[in-house]
Amino acid sequence: MKAMLLERLLQLITVVWGVGTLTFILMRSLPGDMAYRIAASRYGQDNVNSEAAALVREELQLDQSPWVAYWHWLTDLLQFKLGDSLVSGLPVMDSVQHMLGHSLLLALSGLMLSVLIAVPLGLLSAWRGNPLDSVLMGLSSAIRAMPVFVVGVLLLLFFALHWGLFPVAGFGTPAHLVLPALTLAISLAAVSNRVVRDSAKHTFQAAFYRFSRVKGLSEWQTFRQHGVRNIAVPVVAFFGIQLVSMIEGIVMIESLFSWPGIGHGLAHAIFARDIPVIQGSALVMGVLFVLLNTLVDIICLWIDPRGAKA
Amino acid sequence: MMKMKKSQWVGLAILLALLAFSLGGMAFSPYSISQQDLNAIMESPSAIHWLGTDHFGRSMFTRMAHAVGLSFGLSLLCMFTSSLVGTAFGVWSVWGGKKVDVAMGIVVNILLALPGLVVVLLFAAIAPGSFLVLYLAISLVQWVEYFRVVRAVTQGVIQSPARQSSRMMGFGRWYQFKRHIWPAISPSVFTLAAFGGANAILTMASLGFVYVGIQPPLAELGLMTVELFPYYSEAPWLLAQPLVVIALMVFAFHLLAGKRA
Repeated sequence: MKAMLLERLLQLITVVWGVGTLTFILMRSLPGDMAYRIAASRYGQDNVNSEAAALVREELQLDQSPWVAYWHWLTDLLQFKLGDSLVSGLPVMDSVQHMLGHSLLLALSGLMLSVLIAVPLGLLSAWRGNPLDSVLMGLSSAIRAMPVFVVGVLLLLFFALHWGLFPVAGFGTPAHLVLPALTLAISLAAVSNRVVRDSAKHTFQAAFYRFSRVKGLSEWQTFRQHGVRNIAVPVVAFFGIQLVSMIEGIVMIESLFSWPGIGHGLAHAIFARDIPVIQGSALVMGVLFVLLNTLVDIICLWIDPRGAKA
Repeated sequence: MMKMKKSQWVGLAILLALLAFSLGGMAFSPYSISQQDLNAIMESPSAIHWLGTDHFGRSMFTRMAHAVGLSFGLSLLCMFTSSLVGTAFGVWSVWGGKKVDVAMGIVVNILLALPGLVVVLLFAAIAPGSFLVLYLAISLVQWVEYFRVVRAVTQGVIQSPARQSSRMMGFGRWYQFKRHIWPAISPSVFTLAAFGGANAILTMASLGFVYVGIQPPLAELGLMTVELFPYYSEAPWLLAQPLVVIALMVFAFHLLAGKRA
């Protein structure tokens, strides 16, 4: 447990360092003189002359060597000084916090929906067997072949534009959440229902499971006493693996549905070359990724304490 | 050559058919990808334009052929680079001793600390619309998978009596690799390569879809989806083309992989 937490902490530090370094390189590699660019975004494109640029250069110490600048960049980062957006001028910290709330809402509702879809379907195909099993597995293979945004576009076309059941994009009401969350849930469930099925099949065939039936427990009692936990371990562990596709899915889905979250913010910032926002949102995604991974590890240990000794 | 299952042959056949479509389209089409004909916009498929025309009157057949070619080019390049690098480093990390292994472990942990798409997005931010940067970023993300699998399998083989007696008989490293290590790792590398090809296509399409990948007027499957989306009700067959082709390519690669992920 301790070693695991320590390893995660190390990973957290590398995330901050990696994102910071990449965005620093990005900042340095932009064409043009940085002082001119910052002056232009401050005073407007027409009011920039070399005097204004010189003032900015002196104020922000832009003429220091790359290594000194790099050191300052990293120490600022460690104090959570993320700077202001180059486009809107607002502090990055505020907008990132705002975006994070929306992303978490989408991620959590998507994840819950995917569990609600994948677990019953997976158990059903393990319990019933063929032909239902083959049909469900075929369906999940077909959906798995589609990128998240294709699933999203299809849902959008049918539910929002053709039948007009839900709003096309935006946020605010619960109805706005339905399609983005459903898109995320379907793409996650198409993979995880297979894991639920395999895990359930494995458990149902295990000797201890059949023994508890033989000793006289009812089907439901056996499932509750011996089934649930054993099935859950690989499934929860798999959710850890799925975090990658969840975060990647969020980037796509938020852009598609104009959901004002981190992924949408990151894509927009890259398009507008707004480096402080790029850094802020990438940082939050990385940190979120590591923290969620840690959470999954802890839950796995809680369900199955045998893992702690290994 | 490995023995392939029927479903793998089907996957290979779909991929070859798409490749033939792409090469044929690029070689024989009388139109270019940016040639506009504003008198003939959003036409349905006809004898002149086999797949219709888009909102600028550009030939969809030509554009699809180029887009599929681009996707194949990227996915094959990424596949070769990342499998080669991943396999080489995986074997080296076992064979090169403790120090190499620890150093490689640190590098891999850094790369695994961020979701792949975010890394690719950050690289795309440095040079937007650059094919080279996309290729480097995707390969950088993908080689880690090969590294981890190859390292795990090689560790067993290195300790095996067969490999050790082979070394004592004085065979060189290359022979040992060819005779003992490669047969053990090749099935995994092959499966990973097929999934990697699918992922490269997905990543490029995703970046095109959020508009930070390949830039217009080039044809790219994700970009075409965004461009044609506003015209879904006038010309649904146009929007369907990139969507169907992306799904088909990914599905074919998954079939080719043979194993379930």
